[in-house]
Amino acid sequence: MAIILAVDDSASIRQMVVFTLQAAGHTVVDVDDGKQALEAAQKQSFELVLTDVNMPVMDGLELTKKLRELPKYRFTPILVLTTESGIERKREGRAAGATGWLVKPFNPDQLLATIKKVLD
Amino acid sequence: MSKWLKAIVMESMQHVNNGLELITSVDGSTEQYLSFTLADENYGVDILRVQEIKGWERVTPIPNSPHYVCGVLNLRGTIIPVVDLRRRFDMPIREYTSRTVVVMLKVEGLTKRTVGIVVDGVSATHNVDPESIQPAPGLGVSVSIEFIKGLVLLGNEMLMILNIDRLLSVEALG
Amino acid sequence: MDIDISQFYDVFFEESFEGLDAMESELLGLDIGSADSETVNSLFRAAHSIKGGAGTFGFTFIAEFTHVMETILNEMRNGQRDVTAESTNLLLQAVDVLRGMLRGVQKKEATDDKHIAAMHRRLEIMLAGENVEAQANDDSDLGSEEQIKLASSMGWLIYFRPNAHFFQTGNDPVRMIRELASLGELSSELIDDKLPPFSDFEPEDSYLAWQFTLTGDIAKDDVVDIFEWVDDYCDLTIDPIMTAESAEIEESVLDYAQDDKEQISTPIENKQKSEITASPTVKPIEEEAPIDNENLKVTIAPSASSIRVGIDKIDSLINLVSELVITQSMLSRIGDNFTPSMLPNLIDGLAQLERNSREMQEGVTRIRMLPISFVFNRFSRLVHDISEKMGKKVKLELIGEQTELDKSVIEKIGDPIVHLVRNSLDHGLEVPEQRLAAGKTKTGLLQLKAFHQGGNIIIEVHDDGAGLNEDDILAKAIEKGLIDATDILSTDQIHNLIFLPGFSTADVVSDVSGRGVGMDVVNKNIASLGGSVEVESKQGEGTVFSIRLPLTLAIMDGQTIRVADENYILPLISIIETIEIKNTDIKQITGKGELYTLRNEYIPIIRLYEVFNLKPHTTELEQGLVVIVEGEGKKAGLFIDDLLGQQQVVIKSLEDNYRKVIGLSGATILGDGTVALIIDVSGLMALYQEPSLAVLTRNEQVA
Repeated sequence: MAIILAVDDSASIRQMVVFTLQAAGHTVVDVDDGKQALEAAQKQSFELVLTDVNMPVMDGLELTKKLRELPKYRFTPILVLTTESGIERKREGRAAGATGWLVKPFNPDQLLATIKKVLD
Repeated sequence: MSKWLKAIVMESMQHVNNGLELITSVDGSTEQYLSFTLADENYGVDILRVQEIKGWERVTPIPNSPHYVCGVLNLRGTIIPVVDLRRRFDMPIREYTSRTVVVMLKVEGLTKRTVGIVVDGVSATHNVDPESIQPAPGLGVSVSIEFIKGLVLLGNEMLMILNIDRLLSVEALG
Repeated sequence: MDIDISQFYDVFFEESFEGLDAMESELLGLDIGSADSETVNSLFRAAHSIKGGAGTFGFTFIAEFTHVMETILNEMRNGQRDVTAESTNLLLQAVDVLRGMLRGVQKKEATDDKHIAAMHRRLEIMLAGENVEAQANDDSDLGSEEQIKLASSMGWLIYFRPNAHFFQTGNDPVRMIRELASLGELSSELIDDKLPPFSDFEPEDSYLAWQFTLTGDIAKDDVVDIFEWVDDYCDLTIDPIMTAESAEIEESVLDYAQDDKEQISTPIENKQKSEITASPTVKPIEEEAPIDNENLKVTIAPSASSIRVGIDKIDSLINLVSELVITQSMLSRIGDNFTPSMLPNLIDGLAQLERNSREMQEGVTRIRMLPISFVFNRFSRLVHDISEKMGKKVKLELIGEQTELDKSVIEKIGDPIVHLVRNSLDHGLEVPEQRLAAGKTKTGLLQLKAFHQGGNIIIEVHDDGAGLNEDDILAKAIEKGLIDATDILSTDQIHNLIFLPGFSTADVVSDVSGRGVGMDVVNKNIASLGGSVEVESKQGEGTVFSIRLPLTLAIMDGQTIRVADENYILPLISIIETIEIKNTDIKQITGKGELYTLRNEYIPIIRLYEVFNLKPHTTELEQGLVVIVEGEGKKAGLFIDDLLGQQQVVIKSLEDNYRKVIGLSGATILGDGTVALIIDVSGLMALYQEPSLAVLTRNEQVA
């Protein structure tokens, strides 16, 4: 269905996300930090980027900003995965150029529903 | 398998068989000794203490070790010291050749160890009735008596049976 | 979609335990006065990660507990909260509790829920008590919640004008409109006043706006939800078509609002239409797991004992396998067309086979080896906690943490060392006043050392405390009937009495190390590992407990050197540098030999060929190399002929079949099957000082 880039430094979350998305028929590439994500994004084209915010090396907000600088990702949906419900963090995400967010904890159904929303 | 290799294998098997016959034909009261020569004299060690026999190979010398400790070598991953018996017994030394033999012995003491001894050549194994082993006399023997377990007459040759536990003890090697 | 996420539990647990360990050591290392921001950040991320995972996998109460820790850490990293000893200690305790909670879930064991709840409360108190700003945040959330109480049974009037660069957020107005349409009856009015003439039209910009009329019994929340990602990028107003009073909803909102004050993002099961939660986006998670492990229905497959192996070990094993394959094909070729003239080749091939198998055996054994840091690491915490409890100041030094030993030994060696450490802390090290009175520094020193010696690993527990009190020991031993009053014992013998069963000098059963029954248990545990324990002590100065364990495999990084015609191995860690020296840098001092001036130090030159009784290639210092080494705090310059390669070597015991040689720590087997001796730097230096040492041992032999 869609080619998705998933970025999260937690292996268990990453596994769960990859598994869920693949089961729904998507193609997923997963990496564990923003820097690798940027490299992968440049090597191939993704239709959607799913990224955690708090990561070492390069965090999700930084990644979002950098992706938006690339012509091919200017209009690509970028969703940030965040556990913080504070308004500030969400504002930061939006300011960085994120399309929207998914609040952790989310279950597989929520993940798929949200993804469906932005891909249609 | 090639014809040559087959021939070699068969010969080896023959030797093994001979060996087995020797062992199986021994009854409870006989002991077996491996005899070897050193400066034209015959010495023997209990066959059960012989781990294996190797040709001479290069050893690594240990600094500040007794002159009769040639050094150490690698025996399938274990570091084994090698003792030159000629030097040990203060006999004139000989050059090592491809025919020089190192006998790996199982030495017992506080711990069990393996030590190799360099000898001139290995002769054969002999069945010996323990009753016929006599204590070594005080004089007239080329080797100090504390290293001799006893003497035994084989045909018209005399075999000096070595006490390797004393000869190759930890103290002796240091 | 029915995805069984329990298959990801194992990874989550492993991750989380690692994260907790990292948090613990970071908390212990935090400098209270000037906390390193990177460390605080890392602490926050660790807690955040655990919380995220716990929530995702349904361990709600763990997520809630961790959330409070995360919030405290967040405030610390934002500068809103000071890093104090109090908060650090509280977090340390929280880490323990969290560990217990995770273990409880993982192993389906009961947990001390009262303790957990108490800890949770304490965290919340800390969070609430010290920071007014945090309260303010909560209030603002409440503010938005109050808006929710407006529910309309008629519908909403929605004005929506996306900003010009709306598309660049990856959002699409069409999607929003579709979603609105799914909520109820939607009619719209297009506002195209901003639409430019075609020639000025930018396809990437958004110019249109709409006035929507959405009719139906719809909660404002649902409408707000649709635009929540984009309300910064658009003009949006939502007005009710008719304001309806929904008193019920209002009240319950306020109730929930009060309860929610300190529970942020806790999903609450809500039977009502409006989903009232702290965050509008969180839909209630179906399985609300209360703080009660018994009700938690999670099936976790028991995880087999596992080990993390460095890729380098696997790679080297793969290399060995390929070498074995080469050897096998070589032997096979010899076997196919064998003639007696090929016998030497066969013998070579077999020697190679021996090497391959041995190296592979070593490689596989190495996989099970872990650095002793795995054991040593838990002591930072232990020493910190116990010394604090006892009012003693202790500095812990860990030396040789990278020394590797077999996993099974690591698992069993922990407890004995813990006992020895507790003993040192309890009976050995004195309180600051006593130490000062004895002329010592206020802070006591506790050292844990690990190093190889021949085919053994030695683990030492050093303390500079009061040492063993021989009189006390003697008295107790006589009292227990272990010895007679008339027995005369050497100092060593007296010291060894403590290892006898039933011995104890503790008058009071201290809960720290208990009665001295432990010492003989320590002895037994170590004996069961094939090792032994010894004690050396000087009254008033300190005590050293040495544990000696046989090693299945001792690996060391070595530097091969050439002296005369022989190769030796120097432990890489003992090498400081290698230099070509000039004779002008050497001073001859009578009684001290040759000294080399290295920066501000005088370093004795040891001519290895002399110590080893070899015929050198050259006696001129300028023709060879000098390797500056260090052993037990002393330095020396070793004069050698040449430096060869560096490699990892397997230390083989010299003592097993030969004896201990001063100056050598063992031997190794080189690639060609020959033996190279490994130099023990401190032994070498001792030998250099006392050359008679070598001669003495030689003459000890029975004539």
